[in-house]
Amino acid sequence: MKLSSPMEIWEYLPGTNCEECGEKTCLAFASLLKERQKKLEECKPLFEPEYAEKSKKLAELLAPEVREVEIGVGARASKIGGEDIMYRHELTFFNRTALAYDVWDTMEEEELRERVRKITNWRKFYVGESLRLDAIAIRSVSGDAKAFAGCVKHVAEETDLPLVLCSFDAKVMEEGLNEVSDRNPLIYAADETNWKEILEIVTRYNVPVTLFSPDLDMLNSLASTFSSAGVEDIVLDPGTYPTGEGLADTFSRFVRLRRAGIVDENKSVAYPLMSVPMTAWMVHGDEDALDASYWETILATIGTVKYADMMILHSIEPHSLIPERTLIANIYTDPRRPVSVDPGLREVGTPTEQSPLFLTSNFALTYYTVESDLSSNKVDSYLVVVDTDGLGVEAAVAGGQLTAETIKDALESYEVENKVKHKTIVLPGLAARLSGETEDATGWNVLVGPRDSGRIPGWMDDNWPPKTVS
Amino acid sequence: MAKKITLADIASILEKYDVVELEDVKIKGDVEIELGTSAGVAIPPSLIHALQSAIGVQELPEEAKRIGDLVESKFEVAKAEWIGQIEEVTIGATSADGGTRDKPVTIGGEKSLPFYNFDCQMPYPPVISVDCFDMPIPLAKAVRGYYADVMEDPGEWAKKNVREFGADMVTIHLISTDPTIKDTSAREAAKTVEEVLQAVKVPIVIGGSGNPDKDPAVLEAAAEVAEGERCLIASANLNMDYERIAKATMDHGHVILSWTQLDINAQKTLNRYLFKLGVPREDIVIDPTTAALGYGLDYAFTNIERMRIAALKGDADLAFPISCGITNAWGAREAWMKDSPIREDSDWGPSAYRGPLYEIVTGLTLGIAGGDMFMMMHPKAADAVKRVTQMLFGADVEGDKAKKVEMKDWVTWDVGGLTK
Ligand code: SF4
Repeated sequence: MKLSSPMEIWEYLPGTNCEECGEKTCLAFASLLKERQKKLEECKPLFEPEYAEKSKKLAELLAPEVREVEIGVGARASKIGGEDIMYRHELTFFNRTALAYDVWDTMEEEELRERVRKITNWRKFYVGESLRLDAIAIRSVSGDAKAFAGCVKHVAEETDLPLVLCSFDAKVMEEGLNEVSDRNPLIYAADETNWKEILEIVTRYNVPVTLFSPDLDMLNSLASTFSSAGVEDIVLDPGTYPTGEGLADTFSRFVRLRRAGIVDENKSVAYPLMSVPMTAWMVHGDEDALDASYWETILATIGTVKYADMMILHSIEPHSLIPERTLIANIYTDPRRPVSVDPGLREVGTPTEQSPLFLTSNFALTYYTVESDLSSNKVDSYLVVVDTDGLGVEAAVAGGQLTAETIKDALESYEVENKVKHKTIVLPGLAARLSGETEDATGWNVLVGPRDSGRIPGWMDDNWPPKTVS
Repeated sequence: MAKKITLADIASILEKYDVVELEDVKIKGDVEIELGTSAGVAIPPSLIHALQSAIGVQELPEEAKRIGDLVESKFEVAKAEWIGQIEEVTIGATSADGGTRDKPVTIGGEKSLPFYNFDCQMPYPPVISVDCFDMPIPLAKAVRGYYADVMEDPGEWAKKNVREFGADMVTIHLISTDPTIKDTSAREAAKTVEEVLQAVKVPIVIGGSGNPDKDPAVLEAAAEVAEGERCLIASANLNMDYERIAKATMDHGHVILSWTQLDINAQKTLNRYLFKLGVPREDIVIDPTTAALGYGLDYAFTNIERMRIAALKGDADLAFPISCGITNAWGAREAWMKDSPIREDSDWGPSAYRGPLYEIVTGLTLGIAGGDMFMMMHPKAADAVKRVTQMLFGADVEGDKAKKVEMKDWVTWDVGGLTK
């Protein structure tokens, strides 16, 4: 965005502090706009006719540096691009990299439908949410327009995911597009040779388009050309070379393109970027499928970390999908928000009233670590999750979110007394210094556990059941 | 000028007349169709597209018709200029320098972000140190097979890491010294270190058990027997007697690993303490903590990236090569667990395929953030991370596929017999 301070934004707002946006003042709203935590539309008064000019200008100034492009329609439509920064700690990355997995027009219909269903329905639980995949890329392998159109039709019947239509042949493309012109598919791709025909098609159907060229002068030219023809829903593919020096060059192209778009404000390349890790199969595929899939995930890792907004991949084996999608969840998590879980009393395994009672913070990562350390080691136990405002144990002890008092409150409000007979609680090693105060405040017997919950099993051998309780 | 009609108008008209389908409708003349959403009115894209197809083929905008040639343009982008440089640190000493190592390893020296050779060529590629332990340890199934025959013998283990798995370095973890494990004495631990030094000629990392009370004594004894070898002593940390470790490192000619837990300020503080104790800058490597893919990798990534950027911007407290304990990736349950404990999850497939990838993705991600050295476990993962970082670094990689491919050929690639 072109504005560097909330004050600059504030100058365009009505300035009435009417609170309709849910904020106390226009300035407060302005700082949230700056951090992209609120949308301009939430200031309703700004859209009154008297502010028409200001609202228009502000919308322009607030627009992200990299254009946001939407692919597909409906609940699973995917927004890509829309980024403002080079490094995630500067703010956050916004629209996570969309993952498209391929199908091709020489597949048997049943095999095709099955694969589409797998991609559409895949899910993986992660920190309280279900990770899904984002799109299906349909490749024209036969070169036959009718075969491609038929394949596109079958895929569209089977899924509501966004589609990427892949062919450099404009005639093939148009036949396929005709089947799904109401689905806002992404066209892949226009290049140096076919751009006129593709430009004509995407203008006519008003669909987003990928421009391909590893030559960045050419890519810049293509983008300028499409943009001056009124096409703005553009995705740029600078080519993904899967190995050796070509891979280093690929890395360089992605970084330089994004830098040109964001740092140098070169509007003609400030579009979402497409990477194709699938090219790994071109090099490794005919020898060893496992090796090829590993290299595909390696390319996807590089793409996710360095600026690919969308990727096309081939392997839908779980060992590919799980790490690929998890990494995206990690890189695109908003670093400003401490991730927390609900506080409360959890049961691990099948605890009895003699089972140990552990305590941890509600920082999601701490919680999930402790929980999985206990469960993977088959330690049947209770786990008190204290509300530490989402801070980890060490930080919460230092910051006063984890104290004898908050522990006492937790024990009482979760009625822990009714669950265990021994009236003994195990504090994390990192909260050792709270043990005396906790004993005094709660009247419970306090044991100090290991500093790392991974050591709980070893600690149990020496310390459980507690000696003070017979 | 004709009346301006938007799609929103059309939509409301259609709705009013309850029209579900349009047939034979042509919109002619000076009609301007505004796509997208005007403020306050959200038109579902599907309706836009439905209407659009209903309306029929649109006229091409004038501009599009006019364009017969590509707009000429050159792509240009500025280079990033940084003022800082990462310290160059050499681990391992040859006989010329008072040690017995064959090939010392140098890391660091960067003046740009990792692999940003278009800004400034990275001076050294990242290195891999493969782990071994001073006692048999429980390992994930996917790893166990590689080490089952050497688990009882740290020297043989180290040898295997170098000979069979191509390790640049070996890390010997003296975990049995932990009072809650075996409470092996510092003297005995030092013997293990001697054994490893004799077994291999690559530089070594000497790791304690992570027990803050015991490690100072263990690492001190180890540093003493490894006199002059320029080992990396792992590690000093704020919650222990780091002074004693720093002193042992200096007295016996080693390099110290300064370890903090995902906290940039703590890392600066510890490093400053080390400077104060007189540890030379070229004898410091930092470990800002590695968290596994899915289990805090986002924190580790951003922490390392921020440190590296701060260093390049001139923060001398952070301008050190970074070591990453990638083996931590095995802490992710996805790396080793047979099936998902979550019923709604799609099938997880064989864990043997997942584990190495967890290590690879964690390692490569942190390598791109700023990691210079990776402590790893699975041979296949170590090999993959080594190859890909070498490629990004710009080295010729042995065994790299010579086969040349056209970057756009994947579109028409015939999967053939491989499809699954
Ligand atoms: S709704 Fe608009 S005018 Fe009212 S307080 Fe918020 S920003 Fe200010």
